[in-house]
Amino acid sequence: MSVIEVRDVQTVFGTKVIHDGLNLSINEGEIYGLLGPSGCGKTTLLREMVMLQDFSHGSIDILGHNVSNIKERDAQKLRREWGVLFQFGALFSSLSIRDNIALPLVEYTDLNASMIEEIVQFKINLVGLKSSDADLFPSQISGGMKKKAGLARALCMDPKLLFLDEPTSGLDPISAREFDELILKLRSLLGLTIVMVSHDLQSIYDTLDRVAIIDEKKIAYEGTIVDVKSSKSQFVQTFFK
Amino acid sequence: MQTPLHFTQSDSLLSIELSGELTLYSITPLEKQMRQRDVVGITRIEINLMSVTFIDTATAIFLVKMEEMFSKRGVECSLICENKTLLSTLELVKMQRIITNLETQSQQKKSSFLEKKLKDIYAYFYSFIPFITFLGKLFVAKMSYLKSFKNIRFKEIAYEINESAVKALGIVALTSFLIGLVVAYQSAFQLKTYGANIFIVDMLGISILRELAPLITAIVIAGRSGSAFTAQIGAMKITQELDAMKTMGFDPFAFLVLPRIIALMIAMPILIFVADIMGMLGGIIVANADLGISSNLFLDRFREVIAAKHFFIGIIKGPFFAFLIASIGIYRGLSVQNDTQSIGFNTTKSVVESIFVVIVCDALFSIALTNLGI
Repeated sequence: MSVIEVRDVQTVFGTKVIHDGLNLSINEGEIYGLLGPSGCGKTTLLREMVMLQDFSHGSIDILGHNVSNIKERDAQKLRREWGVLFQFGALFSSLSIRDNIALPLVEYTDLNASMIEEIVQFKINLVGLKSSDADLFPSQISGGMKKKAGLARALCMDPKLLFLDEPTSGLDPISAREFDELILKLRSLLGLTIVMVSHDLQSIYDTLDRVAIIDEKKIAYEGTIVDVKSSKSQFVQTFFK
Repeated sequence: MQTPLHFTQSDSLLSIELSGELTLYSITPLEKQMRQRDVVGITRIEINLMSVTFIDTATAIFLVKMEEMFSKRGVECSLICENKTLLSTLELVKMQRIITNLETQSQQKKSSFLEKKLKDIYAYFYSFIPFITFLGKLFVAKMSYLKSFKNIRFKEIAYEINESAVKALGIVALTSFLIGLVVAYQSAFQLKTYGANIFIVDMLGISILRELAPLITAIVIAGRSGSAFTAQIGAMKITQELDAMKTMGFDPFAFLVLPRIIALMIAMPILIFVADIMGMLGGIIVANADLGISSNLFLDRFREVIAAKHFFIGIIKGPFFAFLIASIGIYRGLSVQNDTQSIGFNTTKSVVESIFVVIVCDALFSIALTNLGI
């Protein structure tokens, strides 16, 4: 069953065409990668999926909702069913790590404080942070910890769908591999569907089930990572050589 | 450093022999030596690179440029070289130059002065449309926000009142005290010559309560809190915190925008009230010291001649000014682009625009109320 359906999406900034008719579909329980050269519009496509950006033509269906003409109420419901990890974490700088992770729980649920604290502690440990880090503020922690905290916040509502924007960029190789393992563990543990933009070859080979490669404004290849070399795109040939 | 350069001339052929390592430090001396050489009557130039061991890309560009320049002048120019690495460096430079030439040619389209000015004016007025969009969104957010009592974020509002108003109390009080002092001092000097000392009460009472206190407060707040709104929200936009909020389903208008606007609208009248008191205090001190009017006499006269309407007019301006300052500050914060320069630019704009708009609004108030006979 497909969780995300992208059909014929066109994106134009001013006079510059970014996407010219993209089609892809992402199945439930899959770890799906959006790949391509810099500036090809991977992150733009991800932003379009999470309703941060409009596109000019086509349609995107997420969990059965068409995001371009969705009602505000449905949109709010949808937003609680996914988690998004931004490239640099995008933690709220005025809140501590604990409050950052707890925020959706505080706003959307009527759980009591001790229960929220339990959940926060669990998520903090799940992503590999220490409990003692919870009281630190985003400005006091490293980039890698910000990513982990961002992931904990994205996972806080136990979403069905997880969007990751370059999750391993800027991490040292060891942390990057740990992150990959974490993602695989989460998928088997929580049955997540994960969509990620990545440049990290190792992580691409280790984690992704299927990929879409965007090149020259179109999808150059969609399918499993094993068959990727069959594509004729020049980017694919040089990237996976 | 003298770069090894050797000229040999036979009739119309000039051969230039270069040797050694050529790097970007050797370009200038090379160029100087070439300049000094007289090239009249020469139709062919050979640049011999046979004994050159290394060139970097800068020198390669220099050589290619020289070749082009000579051929433009009608002098046949050739590079003699057999070293493969040198040739490939030169080839790379040539290729890139062709590509950049093509690109610049296709881009070159000069617009006239008038066209540019009109485009600027159009862009300037066009930038007003996003602000209208912002106000529309604000209105929609306000409607859904006020639908239920539970939606109102009292904690944020209280926090903002403290941040942007209570902490500004000192500076507002000091500024208005000084303004009261200065205005009283200047008018005391004039009034003394007419012996109309007691009229300082009328003068100060009306001008400070009605105009000066609200304006001074608004200007201080625009500079202090309006700019802070822009910088805070702009920084949040750059770190993608706003995007994160949106994907989590938290409407930035409910979380960031409305609490700030409401907080300022509540706090502004109180600040104006403080400014009134401090301004009059400055006036009383000057009247006492300079004109010999005791504070009791001043206050008696004040009660007699200053109608309460002047005070209320000053206070009522508060929420209007607050709305303008907060909404412009936040709008500017939201229009920050993805670079750090843009925060500074938008903060400046936010302060300038909000002060300007506040003064315009004050003028409208003046005209309207005077015509209504209030």
